[in-house]
Amino acid sequence: MPSIPLVDYLTLDGSGEPRLIANECVSCGARYFDRRNACAACFTREFRPVEVAREGVLRAFTIVHFAAEGVPVPFVAGVVDCDGTSVRGNVVNVAPDPEHVVVGMKVRLTTVPVGTDSEGIDAVGFGFEPVDGGTAR
Amino acid sequence: MSDDVWILGIHMTNFGKHRDKDTLDLGSEAVLGALQDAGAEMRDIGVLAAGNLIGNPGYGQLLQKQIGQTGIPVYNVSNACATGATALRVAIMAIKAGETDMGLAVGVEKLSGAGLLTGSAAKKEGATWEREGRFGAVADLDGRVGTETMPGVFAQIGMEYGHRYGGADFPLFAGIAEKNHAHSTLNPKAAYQKRFTLDQIMNDVMIAYPNTRSMCSANCDGAAAAVVVSEAKLRTLAPEQQRRAVKISASVLTSDPWQEACQVLPDINTLTRQAAQKAYEQAGIGPEDLDLVELHDCFATAELVHYDNLGLCEPGNAVDFFKSGATWRDGRMPVNVSGGLESKGHPVSATGIANVWEIATHLRGEAGPRQIEGARVGLAHVIGLGSACGVHILESSAKVA
Repeated sequence: MPSIPLVDYLTLDGSGEPRLIANECVSCGARYFDRRNACAACFTREFRPVEVAREGVLRAFTIVHFAAEGVPVPFVAGVVDCDGTSVRGNVVNVAPDPEHVVVGMKVRLTTVPVGTDSEGIDAVGFGFEPVDGGTAR
Repeated sequence: MSDDVWILGIHMTNFGKHRDKDTLDLGSEAVLGALQDAGAEMRDIGVLAAGNLIGNPGYGQLLQKQIGQTGIPVYNVSNACATGATALRVAIMAIKAGETDMGLAVGVEKLSGAGLLTGSAAKKEGATWEREGRFGAVADLDGRVGTETMPGVFAQIGMEYGHRYGGADFPLFAGIAEKNHAHSTLNPKAAYQKRFTLDQIMNDVMIAYPNTRSMCSANCDGAAAAVVVSEAKLRTLAPEQQRRAVKISASVLTSDPWQEACQVLPDINTLTRQAAQKAYEQAGIGPEDLDLVELHDCFATAELVHYDNLGLCEPGNAVDFFKSGATWRDGRMPVNVSGGLESKGHPVSATGIANVWEIATHLRGEAGPRQIEGARVGLAHVIGLGSACGVHILESSAKVA
């Protein structure tokens, strides 16, 4: 079935494996997930695409119980340190409670379904799921 | 004579629901109160800086039509939750620049019943996926790629501090809200003046773990205004005006410098640290000289990190610092004796001047039952996400003399 990634910086290879591609400043190495005109850290105007590590450590999280209309709750929002690159994303495939989600847990990149449009194209998003049951920290 | 700028008059309205008043009524009440407090009139004022985020553009000019149109320059400022502090700083800068010897700053907001401040509700998705915005997103990202809700963003900021230094758990964060709600019972201007137990706070409606409803700032209506004056002008005024004047020993505004991850989760730490450091240098004091602090507790999780950012505790030691009881009103460093944003309320653009009002009122010895006895030096801090940080350090005239 044809699919489209939720965001530009998510790519899906032939087998559907997700990868996050950042725009890296060629001068200082600062990484950005959106389109930039110049580097916010060193003002350089040139970037190159780099793949972000697919495993990381959950550095911060919250369990959102109250969100804007249309956003399903509860869900776990977090920041994952992927080998030095911070990535924003949901923590998925885990019970959304503080017994199962802890800062410092190991997580890895995975895909999540977003929906299907009128032409039958699936939009595919990403999240981070616990590694080893999420107990490692 | 120094080129210091002083607060000559300052006023805040009651915070809460003002059903029968619009933003112009509230702004007028704050301004007229500040002018009366200053012993001044609109004809004395040489510059007006005004902040109102949710309302008509050109708020300052609209307000002039209610309080006096004198042809002076008006600066309409917008800096998220730091809008009030920014307005105050604009008036101070105009005086420092020598353009006038007296200025007026006002911030006002009507937010009662505004509910959760977040990105707009999920948009209707089209029939086919289309890429939009700088991430080329085919659907709304709020809730799909993390959260854009303020309680959620600030929850993560607190949890991150806990990850780095340990000890910051749900009961600890709830304890901060317990303190601020307890403080609010002495503040007749606070939107909520009710004490809560730790259990009540922890069992309140969960908004974004670990922030429950009573750990979030309260949306409400309110306004605050300040009249600032040059030292040279102040010395020509009556002895009573000089006695009640409060010296602005530091006025600093920063934005966030680039940090790894600041594009992913707002970094409210670095810019606060830089603002605090600069403010202490300007004032020629250190955090140990402060008698009280009003800091931006938009959520209980935020207050913890600012103990560290403002240098109130040893680096990395905010948890133990709070547990020591230091930040309660009878502690060695009272923080948010007004009740803070969690109970006093957070009418966004008013907050940055209302915090200064709270400090100034203690320094004048006019805070009534919640007076911090003998307060001579205080610090007011605000953060507007995006980000902007305002820090003002104030000293009583008795301290300066």
